[in-house]
Amino acid sequence: MHVAIIGNGIAGVTAARTVRKRDPKARITLISGESEHHWSRPALMYIYMGHMRYQDTKPYQDHFWGKNRIDLVRGWVTQIDADGKTLTLDGQRTVQWDKLLIATGSKPNKFGWPGQDLNRVSGMYSLQDMDALEGWTRDIKHGVVVGGGLIGIELAEMLHSRGRHVTMLVREASYWDNALPAEESAMVNDVIKATGIDLRLGAELESIEDDGTGSVGAVQIKDGERLDAQYVGLTAGVRPNIAVTEGSSIETARGILVNDQLQTNHPDIYAAGDCAEIRTPEGQRNTIQAVWYTGRFQGEQAANNMLGDAGDYNAGLWFNSAKFVDLEYQVYGNVPASGAQHTSGLDYVFWKHDNGKHSVRICHKDGAVVGFNLMGVRFRHKVCEQWILEAKPLEYVLKNLRKAAFDPEFSKRHDAAIRAVAKGATP
Amino acid sequence: MSASVHLDALPPQRVGTEPRSLTVFEKVCLALVSFGSLLVFLSLLSPNTLSTYTSYWAAPALTMGTIVLGSLGYIFSAYMGTTPGIKHNGMFFSSMSNRGVWGWMAGVAMTSFYVILYWHSSTLAGAIALVEPISYALSGKHADQWFLYGFLYTVAVVVMGSRMLMKYRHSRYQIIRTLSVMFFQLGFGFLIPNILKALNQPEFYFTYFWPLKPEYLLPWSYGEEQLVTQGAVIVTGLTMGRAMLLWGAMMSVIAVPTLTYFFGKRWYCSWVCGCGGLAETLGDPYRQLSDNSDTAWKVERWMIHSVLLAITVITGLLWINAATGNAILGNASGLYSKTYGFFIGAAFSGVIGVGFYPILGSRVWCRFGCPQAAILGMFQRFFSRFRITTNGGQCISCGNCSTYCEMGIDVRAYAQRGENIVRASCVGCGVCSEVCPRGVLKLENGSFGDRFKNAAKPFAAIADAFRGKS
Ligand SMILES: Cc1cc2nc3c(=O)[nH]c(=O)nc-3n(C[C@H](O)[C@H](O)[C@H](O)COP(=O)(O)OP(=O)(O)OC[C@H]3O[C@@H](n4cnc5c(N)ncnc54)[C@H](O)[C@@H]3O)c2cc1C
Ligand code: SF4
Ligand code: SF4
Repeated sequence: MHVAIIGNGIAGVTAARTVRKRDPKARITLISGESEHHWSRPALMYIYMGHMRYQDTKPYQDHFWGKNRIDLVRGWVTQIDADGKTLTLDGQRTVQWDKLLIATGSKPNKFGWPGQDLNRVSGMYSLQDMDALEGWTRDIKHGVVVGGGLIGIELAEMLHSRGRHVTMLVREASYWDNALPAEESAMVNDVIKATGIDLRLGAELESIEDDGTGSVGAVQIKDGERLDAQYVGLTAGVRPNIAVTEGSSIETARGILVNDQLQTNHPDIYAAGDCAEIRTPEGQRNTIQAVWYTGRFQGEQAANNMLGDAGDYNAGLWFNSAKFVDLEYQVYGNVPASGAQHTSGLDYVFWKHDNGKHSVRICHKDGAVVGFNLMGVRFRHKVCEQWILEAKPLEYVLKNLRKAAFDPEFSKRHDAAIRAVAKGATP
Repeated sequence: MSASVHLDALPPQRVGTEPRSLTVFEKVCLALVSFGSLLVFLSLLSPNTLSTYTSYWAAPALTMGTIVLGSLGYIFSAYMGTTPGIKHNGMFFSSMSNRGVWGWMAGVAMTSFYVILYWHSSTLAGAIALVEPISYALSGKHADQWFLYGFLYTVAVVVMGSRMLMKYRHSRYQIIRTLSVMFFQLGFGFLIPNILKALNQPEFYFTYFWPLKPEYLLPWSYGEEQLVTQGAVIVTGLTMGRAMLLWGAMMSVIAVPTLTYFFGKRWYCSWVCGCGGLAETLGDPYRQLSDNSDTAWKVERWMIHSVLLAITVITGLLWINAATGNAILGNASGLYSKTYGFFIGAAFSGVIGVGFYPILGSRVWCRFGCPQAAILGMFQRFFSRFRITTNGGQCISCGNCSTYCEMGIDVRAYAQRGENIVRASCVGCGVCSEVCPRGVLKLENGSFGDRFKNAAKPFAAIADAFRGKS
């Protein structure tokens, strides 16, 4: 059997490894146009900032692929023939396959802003994006980052680390408040400002202006200022990269449509990771999950199903993490964002340290714990998951906070302060 | 789709970060360092000139004093200019920390210093004269090149330790650990041995023992030859020499296994040991240069265990030789110790171990040569409660942990599979946990039973082979 995989991101690579583990005989071809080897996309910022070199971000040493007989092919897939079971590489070579996995990831959103295609305007997704930025860095005095999400803050930190002046335009009233509760979102605002990044809240991009040479020279804010800028980063979210399905009979909507088994309308073609859109959403989840660990789960699941398992995709309890400059963030389970905070029917215990660098939010409903949102505090994944799945009573959790602690040894414990807040809030 | 750029072929060096502009205070500090260094250089050319033209204490104050004060001031100011947190910006752009011209120059300079120290110490007369007042005040003895070395070593640990305290001022683990290595170097590595000299006792380091100091299990090192032939170690009338011998033996036999069981080898390697202390302080800017490939791991295991074997055999032979009245080795035993002292003590631990910090990373000696680390490592791997716990599925495979592990452990390889890290070589410095941007790693002393959760158990491969599994 020949399994072809388009995309060597976390989803594609996990699928390749899973197939190899289960089927020593299968032929596996892993195709990507971006890079020879799998690298960690979330580490992009660290290459640019000089914390690591590109080769340090490769999760597997180069000999891994040969040893596991995973054939690496560098090239762009330009066409898929679903019925003939072939694909075309760079418009030239055809490759035959028995099972195909599409794991082509995302691409940055562009909302038709005037000037969005000028020189020195880019998204921040691929190694090529980073390389372009690397080249431009010499000429940039002031960069403008559009978008208040996870990638936007990373791009702002990147530019700032190189001594460039950075303005962040965030359309919302507070940083990433469509995901974070209001208090945590405000903490991040403070961190951004303390770093020396010029944060503009409630500021929407109107247009990007040409400096006369085809490159960006300035940025106009809607009903506001005009800022000189030699670089504009567009980081207003991502959407599935489904270009590869054009001209094929594979069904798509926003992403590549798959069923619970991650199978497309063609039984031998699967999709996983950022590019997949699951037709029957479970619970309240989005149909598209564009984070690292869901890519890993989906890659594994798709591979298992290709080998005949027909298991339903179940991502388990939601979790995620990020780092906002110096402020670490972890979330487990159900934590409503700012807007839904008071309509969600949940109650909260929220404790925040006076220095604004640590906070713990425990969400609960009818006495049972349903979620944790942590800033500058590390909790144990396994423990939080178990507590939420077993619907542990709030009192139990408050009493046993120590069991969830994951901060480095000798770190100050905040258990007593959290319990004190809880007592005050629920007399 | 755009044409593909061949990133794998890109040169590792990229555009550097903007040079930071210095404050007036920082300029003054750097001027002090340059002034002191210049005077040291001139003193090397013309020994005793400085003390002739100034007073007794002015010579050390104007040289060592200005260098230390200037460095401390600069470090303090530079770090206060950043918010607390991991700031590895530009590490791989900097010539000093990425094997550029400055890195190589620093490597050559440090290596040359060791070569001169061991084989050409007369060149250092001018510098030795500069620390004479300090030596005399402490031990009542004249300074020699070893006093100069001990002094500079301690200064390096204290100054660069202060840099660690600033760099990690957000982390209590790093603060306490760094204070610990500074304390042990200053007290047990410098002051106590010199005070012992003042009391006309053997110069003794309470924080070193067999096999790192093989001679500490050889009674004649303390002038206690008769202990061997009488066959009794505890003899009535405990002399200082015997006490030291006993202390060393107890540390080797009781403290090492016990403390390692409870805390892992870190209790020694990154909290107490002087070599570790220097690596954790002076070596910190170079930790990312440690090779973390599988090949390096293989070489490491072969080398370190060979050194341990060699020392065990040599110690054994020397004892038998002494007990049998020099029957097997004759009077050549001194030669054996000397040869070992040269290859391992001088050439390896000094010249390569420290001199090559800027080229091979900060723990070359600890990884490839230290017999003490080999023993501690075996206990840690097979009989300890210490492990690094991986936090569920939070790892994003970024590679910061593997890059900044000074022992060249590919931490990510375990973390991304959700496995705990139980490795013989881990010195428990905790830096992987600090640099992880997703809070995935926690060093802890848990219960012995669950440390291998998800991870390969030791001997599992051998056991499987017996059971016929491949
Ligand atoms: C800067 C940045 C930081 C991030 N940080 C985090 C984080 O901290 N935590 C987190 O959970 N998530 C993070 N993400 C999101 C995460 O990286 C993605 O969810 C994940 O990489 C998706 O994996 P994937 O395998 O689906 O796709 P991708 O990683 O996008 O891989 C798809 C690959 O397919 C290739 N490809 C696409 N089309 C073709 C074609 N036609 N032919 C050949 N190859 C093709 C692409 O070039 C790419 O290499 C971050 C994303 C970015 C951009
Ligand atoms: S694994 Fe972590 S704690 Fe152990 S030596 Fe490496 S960086 Fe230090
Ligand atoms: S630093 Fe943390 S997130 Fe990055 S690879 Fe290591 S364990 Fe994973």
